[in-house]
Amino acid sequence: MTLFIKGRALIPGNAEGEAVVSHEPLSFWGGINPYTGEITDRRHDHFGINVAGKVFLFPKGRGSSTGSAVLLESIRNGVAPAAIINMKEDPILALGAIISDELYLKTIPVLVISEEDFSKIMEGDWLKIDPEGMILVTPASG
Amino acid sequence: MSVILTDLDQKLISGDFGEASKMAMRIVLRMAEVLGVSELIDIQSAHIDGCGLMTDSALEFAEKLAGLGGQVVVPTTTNMIPLDLQNWRKQGIPEEFAFKAIRLSNAYLKMGCIPTWTCTPYQVYPPPRLHQQIAWGESNAIVYANSILGARTERYADFFDICAALTGRVPRYGMHLHENRRGQVLFQLVGFDSKAFDDDTFYPALGFLIGKIARDRVVVIDGLAYHPSSDQLKALGAAAASTGAVALFHIVGITPEAPTLQAAMQDLPPEEIVKVTPADLSLAKKGLSTINANGRKLDAVILGCPHFSIAEFGKLARFLEGFQGKCHPDVQFYVMTNQVSYALAGRSGFLEVLQDFGVRLTIDTCVLNTPVTLPNTRLVMTNSGKDAYYAPSELGVEVVFASLEDCVRSAAAGVVMKEDEG
Repeated sequence: MTLFIKGRALIPGNAEGEAVVSHEPLSFWGGINPYTGEITDRRHDHFGINVAGKVFLFPKGRGSSTGSAVLLESIRNGVAPAAIINMKEDPILALGAIISDELYLKTIPVLVISEEDFSKIMEGDWLKIDPEGMILVTPASG
Repeated sequence: MSVILTDLDQKLISGDFGEASKMAMRIVLRMAEVLGVSELIDIQSAHIDGCGLMTDSALEFAEKLAGLGGQVVVPTTTNMIPLDLQNWRKQGIPEEFAFKAIRLSNAYLKMGCIPTWTCTPYQVYPPPRLHQQIAWGESNAIVYANSILGARTERYADFFDICAALTGRVPRYGMHLHENRRGQVLFQLVGFDSKAFDDDTFYPALGFLIGKIARDRVVVIDGLAYHPSSDQLKALGAAAASTGAVALFHIVGITPEAPTLQAAMQDLPPEEIVKVTPADLSLAKKGLSTINANGRKLDAVILGCPHFSIAEFGKLARFLEGFQGKCHPDVQFYVMTNQVSYALAGRSGFLEVLQDFGVRLTIDTCVLNTPVTLPNTRLVMTNSGKDAYYAPSELGVEVVFASLEDCVRSAAAGVVMKEDEG
């Protein structure tokens, strides 16, 4: 059964992809390899998972202010997530997406949704995002 | 929501001051919209972190703004760069990497930034004052400026920092506002004797613990009956801003916005109270290591995260003077610092002592960001909570957190030796 969720689009855009759902905050610096898209933070619940081209959900950002640089470089190298969805706005990641738009005229959507909606999205669900922040969720099972 | 623009803002966004500040202003306004903020404020200083990581996009962004004629409008210090400018050849850094890093630093110089090249600008350049509005990058510098100096900065991301410096304007938001600086999580230290506070490893461990629990909330620490040094506070903040996104901590009776507990809380009750005991601290110290490696072969020691101060050079030199033995030839012993502390350490005679032991100094940079460590570096010791947190992912190593003294003893032995672990 498909599901609609309305998010707030910090960085609006179209995207779709498989959901990777983490419950740990993440610092992109020290957390993601900007040349491969792999999660490199060993203390993270998705260590070793590649998020390139995926819709990446995690509660919020953490730690280093270099996260924006890592996201920018990931977008430049074509290994960024297709979109990022958090429960709390993360200015550091939003900024990385804005700079990419200004510098390369390409970026990824960054959305914020409620905790309740966050809990409705499961790993492997197929998500389709529109520029208004609407998220169409097609569950992996059923 | 649209942002209220002053006449100056209008001129900036129209390009009256050039294309670079126009682009920077557009980014500032887009961020204000993301944050849902309708007003901007002036800043008095900036600290640039966007010069620290060697990526093609960081270089392209900096050269774009510099090429458009960008000039900073407030005093602007700079974080470490991904290169030791004076030692890179003998460190074996590939030329291609070095030349890019030099281009990156030159782009920021061209925009009028001050070449402090350090993550501890507050220890080498006149720091901002109480209540001053500033725009700083680098998580350890941000938390130090907010907490210890009482200046006011958000946790600014790489590349926003230079936009703030080029325009002098930031969204009126977050840590810039008095009401957002009240304590939310109260940590009560209980059961510690004063000797515990004298131990340098106490601070990174406490930072590790409070960052994990507080995440991005404002922290109040009560019960620290001691006057911590600038370096101890630096270590505390750096760790807290690594395991969490802590931008501000108050220490009752120590930091400027916390003369009393009530003042730190702005007379409101805490959202959460956490008691911290010596047992909790021991657990946090263990949590900073990825393995219990006593007796295992050691590959490298990393000190100076954040950058070594002159006081830390003095401490290390005095310990080495009374120490029998040299660094084991298979162990790389790095001390990371900036030009100011390096110059003072040289004049103090500390550098000879360090060289005699076998210390490799890296200046202006960080071993996590410049490719200096040897291949096959697998086990690293550090006295830094921040380094312990990031080295495993950035260098692909196991890490052991230990005191400076244990780091030296282990480096001489060539194997991990921690006094408190069997």
